[in-house]
Amino acid sequence: MATATQSLKKKKINRIGLELPVYRGSKTTLCAGCGHNAISERIIDACFAMGIEPTQLVKLSGIGCSSKSPAYFLGSVHGFNTVHGRMPSVGTGALIANKNLVAIGVSGDGDTGAIGIGQFIHLMRRNLPIIYIIEDNGCYGLTKGQFSPTADVGSVLKTGVVNDLPPIDTCALAIQLGATFVARSFSGDKKQLTAILKAALSHRGTAMLDVLSPCVTFNDHEGSTKSYAYVKSHADQLEELDFVPYFEDISVDYEPGETQEVTLHDGSRLYLKKLAESYDPTDKMQALGVLHDTHERGEFATGLIYVKPAADDFLTTLNLVDEPLASLPEDRVRPSKAVLTEIMESLA
Amino acid sequence: MPASDVAVEERPAPSASVEPVVNDFSIQVATVNGSGSQTANLVLLRAIFQMGVPVSGKNMFPSNIAGLPTWFTIRTNKDGYIGWKKKTEVLVAMNPETAREDTLNLDADSMVVYDESLKLDSVRSDLVFYPVPFDRLVAEVTRDVKMRRRIRNMIYDGVLSRLLGVDLDQMEIALRKQFGNKVKVVALNRQALDVGYAFAEQHLEKRDPYRIESMDENGGRILIDGNAAAAIGCMMAGVTVVAWYPITPSSSLCETLIDYLRKYRVDKETGKASFAVVQAEDEIAALGMAIGAGWAGARSMTSTSGPGISLMGEFVGLAYYAEVPAVIFDVQRVGPSTGLPTRTAQGDVLSTAFLSHGDTRHPLLFPCSPEECYSMAVNAFDLAERFQTPVFVLSDLDLGMNQWMTQPFEYPAKPMDRGKVLDEETLERIGRFGRYRDVDGDGIPYRSVPGRSMPAYFCRGSGHNESAQYSERADDYQRNVDRLMRKFETFRNWLPAPVVEINRKARVGIIAYGTTHWAVVESRDQLRDEADLQTSYYRHRAYPFRSALASFIERHDRVYVVEQNRDAQMVTLMRTDLRPELAGRLRSVLHYNGQSIDARTITDDILIQEGYRVEFSEADELVPRDAGVGGE
Ligand SMILES: Cc1ncc(C[n+]2csc(CCOP(=O)(O)OP(=O)(O)O)c2C)c(N)n1
Ligand code: SF4
Repeated sequence: MATATQSLKKKKINRIGLELPVYRGSKTTLCAGCGHNAISERIIDACFAMGIEPTQLVKLSGIGCSSKSPAYFLGSVHGFNTVHGRMPSVGTGALIANKNLVAIGVSGDGDTGAIGIGQFIHLMRRNLPIIYIIEDNGCYGLTKGQFSPTADVGSVLKTGVVNDLPPIDTCALAIQLGATFVARSFSGDKKQLTAILKAALSHRGTAMLDVLSPCVTFNDHEGSTKSYAYVKSHADQLEELDFVPYFEDISVDYEPGETQEVTLHDGSRLYLKKLAESYDPTDKMQALGVLHDTHERGEFATGLIYVKPAADDFLTTLNLVDEPLASLPEDRVRPSKAVLTEIMESLA
Repeated sequence: MPASDVAVEERPAPSASVEPVVNDFSIQVATVNGSGSQTANLVLLRAIFQMGVPVSGKNMFPSNIAGLPTWFTIRTNKDGYIGWKKKTEVLVAMNPETAREDTLNLDADSMVVYDESLKLDSVRSDLVFYPVPFDRLVAEVTRDVKMRRRIRNMIYDGVLSRLLGVDLDQMEIALRKQFGNKVKVVALNRQALDVGYAFAEQHLEKRDPYRIESMDENGGRILIDGNAAAAIGCMMAGVTVVAWYPITPSSSLCETLIDYLRKYRVDKETGKASFAVVQAEDEIAALGMAIGAGWAGARSMTSTSGPGISLMGEFVGLAYYAEVPAVIFDVQRVGPSTGLPTRTAQGDVLSTAFLSHGDTRHPLLFPCSPEECYSMAVNAFDLAERFQTPVFVLSDLDLGMNQWMTQPFEYPAKPMDRGKVLDEETLERIGRFGRYRDVDGDGIPYRSVPGRSMPAYFCRGSGHNESAQYSERADDYQRNVDRLMRKFETFRNWLPAPVVEINRKARVGIIAYGTTHWAVVESRDQLRDEADLQTSYYRHRAYPFRSALASFIERHDRVYVVEQNRDAQMVTLMRTDLRPELAGRLRSVLHYNGQSIDARTITDDILIQEGYRVEFSEADELVPRDAGVGGE
């Protein structure tokens, strides 16, 4: 089986017969070296590898450098660059209209943590099936480097301004609010981020990914806690991730005590090899504890922080008919003349 | 002995010998909100309606859940005027807090039904008083204390039935409409009606002139509030995605819609819904959801009032530039929350017409009746999809939350118009897909929808070229906003046409819109009858305006624009469209105190502006009754 996959890779054709360039977007206009560019690459990789049908994909974003990035991946896919901080509501409407869509939302730490915190909170509560990525650089890139609400206490701006307000931990918040897939990663960690993205594509419910993504132009200097150097040296990896998609027949041998297997909604499996401490990402309290402890140490816990594979998502609770609401024909959405007559009689 | 008692002895109360007043008076029921009087009031209203007498019912209620004064006013009018009238002739005083003042506000010869304990007959001597021992009577009906509170109000319906001649059986029919198959509840309420009736029969001698007599004026009409009518319209329009945030006076639109959708749009076999309703976290999110759904090809809507409109500003601009359909109901009310949010106004005309940043303009529909709330709701979804833009339906509290007689609703005559949505056939015909390309010369481009295997595009705000590619080029931007203006021009002839009534003898024209219509209809008759002033009438039903507007103004020397806001918002909007010479003929009649506009106010204002008189008739009240009435 492994060789079959390899030969597919050689031809650069995925399981639905598409080549990698189909998943690429237009040329990036972000700064060279911006973490957001690397994340776009990983999204392309993950969607290609998972063989996601581009006509069923939608990409959404708010406003910011991060939110511009959907133009730079999945070029043949419908996308919506909405308004600052309000992408969750647009995504919610789109998915209600067509529950078969696979949605990837890209936001920034300002877009989510500041202006969009309200919509973020309600998105997490609803467990809408969407992959929600925060490209987290601790600052506002597009408006030239002001602090964002994820900036750490004591972090210093280029201008010398020191942040003295505590950061919002979007992962802890998401877990508390009911998100069912919460991960933190780093734009520079190709292997981990790709595995998390693939797993997120296999999850049904909100997959909230906080991806540390340094801003090389405004927040990559000495004294910043969101610089490449700082993040690299302070990332505390919780587990080693191995993702096996449902369509690949691979069996994995592992030591029961050392590795945890999580089966995702579509049947894909995630193998989590324990590192330093034993960590169980299905344990909510442990997840919150680890976020708290690493934060206290000035570190970032990375990896799959929390997962609840089986939970009702928002669209399921709406109990919708099988076809997308958007494509229901007239005779299924306009009641008959008899109905109107009945109503009129009740009011006469 | 209080002084007023002496007066009672000196001036005998009016007697039944006065000329009867039939089907031409208002009944005001003063209660405390939360006391459950709504059922009794609706039963009374409906019974009169069923007797074929033209009626309208208005609820003046506080922004409060329980304990503050509420007035429900039923106007009966044999000539069919259903607008607001300031004076009431029949008072039912159930609220100790306001009973005195309510009584003092009446004109002489009015009648008062009141709770015995309030001793209102000591307040004035020139009214007809009917004391009723409500507590004792209700105790006859039931022992259940909770029930007593609920049906106490039915007693006054029974009393009024006897005194005014409202058919008891019609009241029972109205009760059944209200409670459906809850037989016991109907029976108990009927009993309360009977007890009230019997009491009046035995103890109250009719000494007032007010009477309801059956007519045959309401043939075929229905009784409904505008929000429920709009809800029915949305359902019949085939709405699939509804996102909303509660706000008076718009909440009942979505709440009623939910009831209807659950009843008629759930698959009987599978139990699954062909719709989704989401109560969003705020109005920003509500519209965001509607826009997301509209972008993805669904018929979507939201409903709100002024404060929500303010919050929606940014998203409306995005939808305008990105060209995404959505229907937005704005049930207008007075300004900011706290204070008068439960009072009516037409104050969002300008804010909705130009809502958002940059060069934006939006189509507005102005329903004046529940029938138009219904038909314009159906129409709004077609227009939003055809023109790929937000469409506003501007109702108001008076229309949305009050009971109106209206024509029954017609089944939509045309199939749904889903607009220019790209499919294979269309793609072949137009050759090349460019999301913002004006293929047909009407300013309306073709759009593709996610999930349907047609060419995709990246939807964003201001910066895009014809192919929806990112662009900051000056010419791309300007060409695009010019096309949006062409699209707006195309709108003019697709929107509901104005209703125009030309009077060849008239030098004076009147323009109005929405609920103001009903007061204007009555005022025009007053102007004709009282001052021999002939008028023509033009009722806006939509913005952008039709060219007929200019020709209407051309025909008249002076045109009065009547509206319910302080700043003459409609006049401002009209000025942007009219030649200065025509704009100069516009004058305003403005009403903005939170109450519905009434005919008298308009008539007086126009007569003063036309030089027929110098002061409002309110002022006339201050001079002796026999002086100065009538006017020149
Ligand atoms: C309503 C509104 N307010 C302010 C702005 C200006 N603005 C654009 S992007 C941005 C911050 C973006 O920061 P972030 O989300 O962290 O994204 P980044 O650029 O860092 O990737 C702001 C404040 C806007 N576009 N809209
Ligand atoms: S300013 Fe910062 S966030 Fe924006 S593109 Fe450049 S590096 Fe990236």
